[in-house]
Amino acid sequence: MSILSMTAVELSKKIKEKEISVKEAVQASLDQIEAGEKKYNCYVTVDPEGALAQAEAIQKKIDDGELTGPLAGVPMAVKDNICTKGLKTTCSSKILYNFVPPYDAEAADHLKKAGAVILGKTNMDEFAMGSTTETSAFGATKNPWNTEHVPGGSSGGSCSAVAANECFAALGSDTGGSIRQPSSFCGVTGLKPTYGTVSRYGLIAYGSSLDQIGPVAKDVADCAAILDVIAGHDRKDSTSVARETYDFVSALQDDVKGMKIGIPAGYFGEGLDPEVKAAVLAAADVLKAKGAEVEMFDLGLIEYAIPAYYVIASAEASSNLARFDGVKYGYRTEEYEGLHNMYKKTRSEGFGPEVKRRIMLGSFVLSSGYYDAYYLKALRTKALIKQEFDRAFERFDVILAPAAPTTAPKLGESLANPLQMYLGDIYTISVNLAGLPGISVPCGTDAKGLPIGVQMIGNCFEEKKILRAAYSFQKEHPFAACPGAVL
Amino acid sequence: MKNYETVIGLEVHVELATKTKIFCSCSTAFGGAPNTHTCPVCTGMPGSLPVLNRQVVEYAMAVGLATNCDITRYGKFDRKNYFYPDNPQNYQISQLYLPICRNGHVDIETSAGKKSIGIHEIHMEEDAGKLIHDEWEDCSLVDYNRSGVPLIEIVSEPDMRSADEVIAYLEKLRLIIQYLGASDCKLQEGSMRADVNLSVREVGAEKFGTRTEMKNLNSFKAIARAIEGEKARQIELIEEGKAVIQETRRWDDNKEYSYAMRSKEDAQDYRYFPEPDLVPVVISEEWLEEVRSRQPELRDEKMARYRREYDIPDYDIEILTGSKHMADLFEETIAICGKPKEVSNWLMVETMRLLKEKNQEPEDISFSPEHLAALIGLIGDGKINRTTAKEVFEVIFAEDVDPVAYVEEKGLGMVSDDGALREVVENVIRDNPQSVEDYHAGKKKAIGFLVGQTMKAMHGKADPAKINKLLAELL
Repeated sequence: MSILSMTAVELSKKIKEKEISVKEAVQASLDQIEAGEKKYNCYVTVDPEGALAQAEAIQKKIDDGELTGPLAGVPMAVKDNICTKGLKTTCSSKILYNFVPPYDAEAADHLKKAGAVILGKTNMDEFAMGSTTETSAFGATKNPWNTEHVPGGSSGGSCSAVAANECFAALGSDTGGSIRQPSSFCGVTGLKPTYGTVSRYGLIAYGSSLDQIGPVAKDVADCAAILDVIAGHDRKDSTSVARETYDFVSALQDDVKGMKIGIPAGYFGEGLDPEVKAAVLAAADVLKAKGAEVEMFDLGLIEYAIPAYYVIASAEASSNLARFDGVKYGYRTEEYEGLHNMYKKTRSEGFGPEVKRRIMLGSFVLSSGYYDAYYLKALRTKALIKQEFDRAFERFDVILAPAAPTTAPKLGESLANPLQMYLGDIYTISVNLAGLPGISVPCGTDAKGLPIGVQMIGNCFEEKKILRAAYSFQKEHPFAACPGAVL
Repeated sequence: MKNYETVIGLEVHVELATKTKIFCSCSTAFGGAPNTHTCPVCTGMPGSLPVLNRQVVEYAMAVGLATNCDITRYGKFDRKNYFYPDNPQNYQISQLYLPICRNGHVDIETSAGKKSIGIHEIHMEEDAGKLIHDEWEDCSLVDYNRSGVPLIEIVSEPDMRSADEVIAYLEKLRLIIQYLGASDCKLQEGSMRADVNLSVREVGAEKFGTRTEMKNLNSFKAIARAIEGEKARQIELIEEGKAVIQETRRWDDNKEYSYAMRSKEDAQDYRYFPEPDLVPVVISEEWLEEVRSRQPELRDEKMARYRREYDIPDYDIEILTGSKHMADLFEETIAICGKPKEVSNWLMVETMRLLKEKNQEPEDISFSPEHLAALIGLIGDGKINRTTAKEVFEVIFAEDVDPVAYVEEKGLGMVSDDGALREVVENVIRDNPQSVEDYHAGKKKAIGFLVGQTMKAMHGKADPAKINKLLAELL
């Protein structure tokens, strides 16, 4: 078994058993990056010197018995909207092209303390706005399963890097599906935790009330191991929740007997690709065969999720992105006359079209006279959607759905019609609006050989249930390595 | 000219006396080198998040309780969006929809009588940084040390009708807040700032006139002048048949005129919305009770108690309680040495005289109650006389010296050796036969001269009562 084909948990075991050194693992990843980046463009920044230096320090701590956890020595990547001390963090935007944070995001700090080696920062849609990773100011990332296709987004760099074996696992962020949808497109496993589980401190905000950091990995076991490390109550994030336990690995049991699984009938109607539909329903059958009780049900308000999401996320974004003004850090236009002109030119040149579109939309819905009609109404819709899920979870342990209506589209197809692209978020967005945990697990490929993901959604703070369901499913249906990834 | 009435409402910003900022743990101390009291949060770095300082909420609650407000039990913060470099996030975290206090009032008294001034709301917010223009380099620099310093904004109802009422209201607020320890409320230093909303209307009119908002008012005197100036300007416009424009104006106290800053038409749309990075401020019954139980004695209560407990005139009570610092000093001193009347006298007469001389406020008093009490003790024990005591007090006032050590060191103590004093008195009687004769002839005033001569010979260090006693005995 080659180093790169291992999962994170398998690798750390081999490292602890001294069969593989941390340096070997890091070097293997760096070589893979070297070979793969020409084709995929998963990373904005790769930090070979830093990674090798970390490898040495971590190896020593492992040898001294200081580091014993399942991420010790594992080469990982971090999405480029998660601050890393001393390592450029750009949000794939020109406006932050040179920003080097003087602090680590809480989640990155947890990874480092657990002994993960940070290889670099992964590409994304600019400020996490997009579903294809094509809105990056540093070029699109390509899907390792077929480089004519997008990897999805916005955590497309993280998901394609895992699929291409350019890292063992990665951190992504999910505001409306940005972990689950690209995981589905890249054939990897990605989990969006309950809002408040992973600290947002140091995550460069897009939609603050929806953003959540989560793991992207080869399989469910790795996701649980990473979540164990990154989750925790953080006083620096007021929206962080003090949970009773942060042990997720114990949920990895191959047992779904008696588990009640609901399938929202409304998710399987018009707009869903037949091949995706078949694969997802087949996944439900796998769980049924293992003893789960699977039932179709009606989930209300599905059609209101997308408009509510785009109003709330854009409103928050319009304010969150106001700080990028050329005054304190990042890009500043070269020539300007006076303050107003500096702001205008800096922001016009620094932001890409999708970001501008959402800033304009957000500014509009918050403006005087429109606030009640749009923003307030969207907040009420959000509350009602949460109630719909509350009702569903009175009956079900897990809700099973597609992660996306299609497999990965071709490069260049999506941006031409942003509204169509927004509609692709239909299955993931409600989960963010309701603050729920969701996981996307590979469940097959379409006729073109592109991966399909099945999404499992849990009630708030019930990651363990979806981890158990996903783990049980993966026992029957192990993840497939990306055939195109050079090994 | 018709009869006009002035309608005034105030927006008062008060900087709270917390040690740390409202959303991070940076110091609020004045005077640090630029950008030394800063962190990722108060400089708006990407990914940073605010965490509410509990003390800010408690101060705001305390001020709300003291001004008879309803305390909002489920409150929120909102973002006020506008671009300016002193505002690092380009939004200010403030409260619009659910401010912490509402529907309060304070009672004032002016020559026009007693009146209740309504408080519309009090909300919490963060201060901005400071822009410094570098003439040499021709560029602007920003100092974020003040960014994130906690403020409360107290918004009154348009209940005031004169500059007198405005000053009485501000004095009242200032004393309440100082007594609570929530702020030092210094207008000159900007820890208390008042914006004046003013309109005029014909007496008896039901509708309010168009108002203007005046900023840059740095003292009570400037506020009074600005009100008179703006009132006159608006009346003149109306008399000329012109319209008052709703706008923000900047008061120039040197020129005694206000200048238009921006009109309603260019007013910004702040696009307020609930701050998603903070959770709602939920105030439980227990928390509210806890803050309520800690409320200190406020001025009105203190005045009533002084009247009850101490035999001092109302005027003195007024002055003593007119500054929290002064009242504290008074109470701390009598806790050591008793004698409220004597302590009050030292504060009312000598202290006030020296403050006036040095152009200082009662808040600037720097001597300790221990040293004033010790001085009073020296007088009581007959160690020094009053003339000496006044000299020593000046040194205490200026340098807070220990009077016991000072009197000892400078040899100012009265001679308590009766034998030595008797000898001097005998000498004075011998050397002044004319006065002795006058005394015996019934000119009782002559004894005054003999006391003076004795005191002179004693270099002022004798007890006048003892001299009188000895003279009466020896003559």
